[in-house]
Amino acid sequence: MWNYTDKVKDHFLNPRNVGDIEDASGKGEVGSLACGDALTLTFKLDADGRIEDAKFKTFGCASAIASSSALTEMIKGLTIAEAENITNEDIAEYLGGLPKEKMHCSVMGREALEAAIANYRGVPIPMAQGEVVCECFGVTDLEIRRAIQESDLKTVEEVTNFTKAGGGCGNCHERIEELIREVRKETREEARAEGVPKKLTNIQKIKMIEDVLEREIRPALRKDGGDIELIDVDGDFVMVSLRGACVSCIASQTTLKEYVEKKLREQVIDTLIVEEVKK
Amino acid sequence: MSSNVVYMDNNATTRVAPEVLEAMLPYFSDLYGNPSSMHTFGGQVGKALKDAREQIANLIGASPDEIIFTSCGTESDSTAIFSALQAFPEKRHIVTTRVEHPAIKNLCENIDNLTGHKHKVTLLPVDREGMLDLQRYEESLTDDTAIVSVMWANNETGVIFPVAQMAEIAKNRGILFHTDAVQAVGKIPIDLNDYTAIDFLSISGHKVHASKGIGVLYVRRATPFAPFLIGGHQEHGRRGGTENVASIIGLGKACELAGNRLEDENTRVKSMRDKLEQGLLEKIPHAMLNGHKTERLPNTTSVSFEFVEGEAILLHLDRFGICASSGSACTSGSLEPSHVLRAMGVPFTAAHGSIRFSLSVYNIEDEIDFILEKMPPIIENLRELSPFWKGNHPGMVGGSQCKCSC
Repeated sequence: MWNYTDKVKDHFLNPRNVGDIEDASGKGEVGSLACGDALTLTFKLDADGRIEDAKFKTFGCASAIASSSALTEMIKGLTIAEAENITNEDIAEYLGGLPKEKMHCSVMGREALEAAIANYRGVPIPMAQGEVVCECFGVTDLEIRRAIQESDLKTVEEVTNFTKAGGGCGNCHERIEELIREVRKETREEARAEGVPKKLTNIQKIKMIEDVLEREIRPALRKDGGDIELIDVDGDFVMVSLRGACVSCIASQTTLKEYVEKKLREQVIDTLIVEEVKK
Repeated sequence: MSSNVVYMDNNATTRVAPEVLEAMLPYFSDLYGNPSSMHTFGGQVGKALKDAREQIANLIGASPDEIIFTSCGTESDSTAIFSALQAFPEKRHIVTTRVEHPAIKNLCENIDNLTGHKHKVTLLPVDREGMLDLQRYEESLTDDTAIVSVMWANNETGVIFPVAQMAEIAKNRGILFHTDAVQAVGKIPIDLNDYTAIDFLSISGHKVHASKGIGVLYVRRATPFAPFLIGGHQEHGRRGGTENVASIIGLGKACELAGNRLEDENTRVKSMRDKLEQGLLEKIPHAMLNGHKTERLPNTTSVSFEFVEGEAILLHLDRFGICASSGSACTSGSLEPSHVLRAMGVPFTAAHGSIRFSLSVYNIEDEIDFILEKMPPIIENLRELSPFWKGNHPGMVGGSQCKCSC
């Protein structure tokens, strides 16, 4: 049995925003009956160019339905430009995570969104432009390249989990391996050339935060008899709890913002926001 | 919790019958002796094993010395295949079907690596109803064929193959015949006194209300045999390893019960199955039966609901404590529907939405009514979510770049 989070179960059993918007501003259709999952997404813009309504119809398993439902909730109130930034990882994160074999359900959500935006703009679907690598599930090299890059995929199995590519007859496994080698080489070179780290995955982000806390911040606080504990990381929010002398210290909030947050922003990502969780 | 469970997944596993558990318990406590020991204390366990062996042999019309205890159906299957290949080292051809359980299917796929020799494996196709073409089977046999392995009944659809007849055909060509009968034993009468051409037959304890971790391989007397597990002298040197005593005692009891309950299985259980199947097909539009209507186990029904996905159905059923299974891709973690449904050519509109209910003598009529009450709204709700369902009829099948064969 799959280990679904309560949020996945909730969105599966009580899906939000089911249906079709008749006079939609944009409509995206991805997947097929043959493939085992399919999603139709429609959205409508208000006068200010924000998504005022979004609806979906999905054929597929629990995580496909939950991903679609989550997506409609996530894009409501956003502008097209903002909605465009939503990745499959964001959808998975919104749901508290998906089993790795089910990541393709979140990818399907993102692709439906892209298709709907392309439809709104009257341009072809970007991901459909590439060369079809996986004939069984109709997956293009562009989709595979992006998944490898964004989700730091290393094996054919991981690519299959995220995009379904290679999950059928298996004839395209060699081509997928080639793509992995190509993309990973490009990514390394890019990173070296620009010196800019690529978007971190959740686990990378958490590990880096823990690392900075252990290496720099905790030793510094301990000198004054205080301490800090990482409670949770949710998107850009880093929830911490202060310990020891810090608890009663008047300057603790300043320490939190001026020292802890600053250090983390310098060394992890510059958008992090540190907040204290009172026990 | 367990009182609220409607268990209709008996082809996956069965509850241990209370009588079986009772028979097993002393062998976990007071009667812990080793049946091979010389002392009376161990010897009494040896006597109990002998009785269990007889009970098992009786159910299938075998003689006790034709029963070899193994750890599971899979071990029984592997033992039979490897035994035949060793008996005829010059023969490099295996005939089996496209719808076998993974215990045979994956073994045959890996047989070259496992034996270090190239083999040819013929996978017999099935038709839309899951039946084999006997003419084609006969033509597939060659002088190079070492063994034929054909399941007695299919786990997903319950479809029964004419194994006795197929074994005769193999015997006339001097070819060994194995049948994986884990789904058939205890559900339909099997008398190996009548089916003298069957050389090997696999049984699994947990499919017949005994415990998990016990299997049987029937090996007909005088059939060439090579052990799979080599060790002590247990099972007359045909399978090493100290006997799983409690489970063997339990399986003996389970086989005795199964013999007594065969009639109930083929009357009451069958009529409950039929009621469930007819009810589902009548109440729910665009539903279809997978597998032959009559050449089938009395307890199994596989029904496909078009335009919805199996895992989603199962999770909704789960909310009501209803246990069933599905041949859909999503339930397995693979991306394609079950190999059985694909081999049968079930259209892709239906293959992803298949649900198998498999009953046992422990089911009651109220449970059938309960499922018939819960199932239609579940399918209706999921169809309302489905982009391929418009109002009360299938809509357009669009947006597809997919070219897969399912």
